Amino acid sequence: MTQAPALEITDLRKTYSNGTEALKGVSLTVQPGDFFALLGPNGAGKSTLIGILSSLVNASGGTAKIFGVSIHEQRSQAMHLIGLVPQEINFNQFEKPFDICVNAAGFYGIPRAEAMRRAEKYLKELRLWDKAQHPARSLSGGMKRRLMIARAMMNEPKLLILDEPTAGVDIEIRRSMWQFVTGINKAGTTVILTTHYLEEAEQLCRNIAIIDHGSIVENTGMKQLLSKLDVETFVLDTSELPAALSDVDGIELRRVDDHTLEAEMARGHDLNSLFAMLSDKGIMVTSMRNKANRLEELFVRLVENGSKQENAA
Amino acid sequence: MSHTFTHNLVALKTIVRREIMRIVRIWSQTLIPPAITASLYFIIFGTVIGSHLHNVHGYPYMTYLVPGLVMMQIITNSYGNITSSFFGAKFQRFVEEMLVSPTPSWVILSGYIIGAMVRGLTLGVIVLLISTAFTSLHVEHPLITLTTAMLTSMVFALAGFVNAVFAKKFDDIAIVPSFVLTPLTYLGGVFYSIDQLGEPWHTISLANPILYMVNAFRYGMLGVSDIHIGVAYAVMAFFAVTLGGFGLFLLHRGIGMRS
Repeated sequence: MTQAPALEITDLRKTYSNGTEALKGVSLTVQPGDFFALLGPNGAGKSTLIGILSSLVNASGGTAKIFGVSIHEQRSQAMHLIGLVPQEINFNQFEKPFDICVNAAGFYGIPRAEAMRRAEKYLKELRLWDKAQHPARSLSGGMKRRLMIARAMMNEPKLLILDEPTAGVDIEIRRSMWQFVTGINKAGTTVILTTHYLEEAEQLCRNIAIIDHGSIVENTGMKQLLSKLDVETFVLDTSELPAALSDVDGIELRRVDDHTLEAEMARGHDLNSLFAMLSDKGIMVTSMRNKANRLEELFVRLVENGSKQENAA
Repeated sequence: MSHTFTHNLVALKTIVRREIMRIVRIWSQTLIPPAITASLYFIIFGTVIGSHLHNVHGYPYMTYLVPGLVMMQIITNSYGNITSSFFGAKFQRFVEEMLVSPTPSWVILSGYIIGAMVRGLTLGVIVLLISTAFTSLHVEHPLITLTTAMLTSMVFALAGFVNAVFAKKFDDIAIVPSFVLTPLTYLGGVFYSIDQLGEPWHTISLANPILYMVNAFRYGMLGVSDIHIGVAYAVMAFFAVTLGGFGLFLLHRGIGMRS
């Protein structure tokens, strides 16, 4: 028997009371076990979509099913399947992390003894156990984010939704968070992630949807999406550059400063001609890197196209 | 026991435990000030002023005052507990912990109501214990005393919940207690019998729902009342059902909580 999709959204709409149309008929499918990126600029409709899935926002139309369970008709069963890590801190700052986790489990009907066992397990896995009995308000920003992940894991959800969980978190903590989330994804939990750090989405996610102005503008595999990127820009650190440089066949060169050169070319273009030209001129290349995150380039293009179409309409 | 029933029971116990822990954690705000206020009322109105007053309905004024002061604390603390607790949950957004969970609306409402009743009734018991330092304790009808205290506490917990749902800032949870609840309580027969009032104040007083609750409780303790006990129960039941239904409707629709 085929397993139902982890998430199946059909023609989901939301118009707020002030007339803002946040979602304009979004349809989306996420397969079980996926690590799925939902990207979009601020105000694109990501949080509204997540709000509807977690029942914090009432949809104006359309349907959404979690593993085949309708969030509207069988809300209680559907909520058992979801874990939510929201964008904003939303726990009682006067409570202790251990109590916050145990109470969260209680709302899912998990008996206290089991809730305490899980709280210890996830607080330890997220390196918060030494802070378990401290007031939550005393935790650092990164610790608060990790606490919300631990809390979301208390019902051991089949679908974990992370809404910009690494906003304002330093690199080391971000890495440890992703290590944890990647681990639970490998263990079978479907993960949906929204983030502003696009390199995270590129590294972690297998599939991606880009939402803009309340509509899905792209929904595909990460590899397929990145293969659409037809131009790449490399930054080369060099020995001293001459004042003027002529373009090499198919490669557009830009002199940034005396020791930095940018080379833009079609994806897959032969770089040998560039190195040959630089070598002929006695210029030594000391290092080379991609100018921008590849996904970021695509993201900007898709969103810019969307805005142009919106304005034209 | 069904799976759903067990789940709901765990969720209910979780909310009630959290509410009780909150009351205990901030005991210096939740338990001590009302006890001090009640003691001052006993000293000033009961001992200093009351000693110059005639008996009321056959009881010394101090004894007559006890049920009124107990009800006053039950009303203000049941109401105040839920407004500060539920509005705090909204303000810090941790109400979302419950809203995103499978916990049904009636369980969330019941949990908060029970929490508020625990505080209201605890304060009622504390005031009763303090009163024993000033007068002997009478309980003529224990069942009426207990049910009236519980119903009143429930009604004002529900009213406080409705207030907290609509409140958008802290001022909004202070307005009703200051401008509605306190005047109605003071004019609701806590300190006097409405038989002592002339017209039109006697008739006007009958429009005050707190009058019915205070008198039912006084009937339970002392066996005297300005109001027929059946009418008092009907008033309390009416408010409990109406406010309970309204509270559930607000929670179910997510008014003030969901977009």
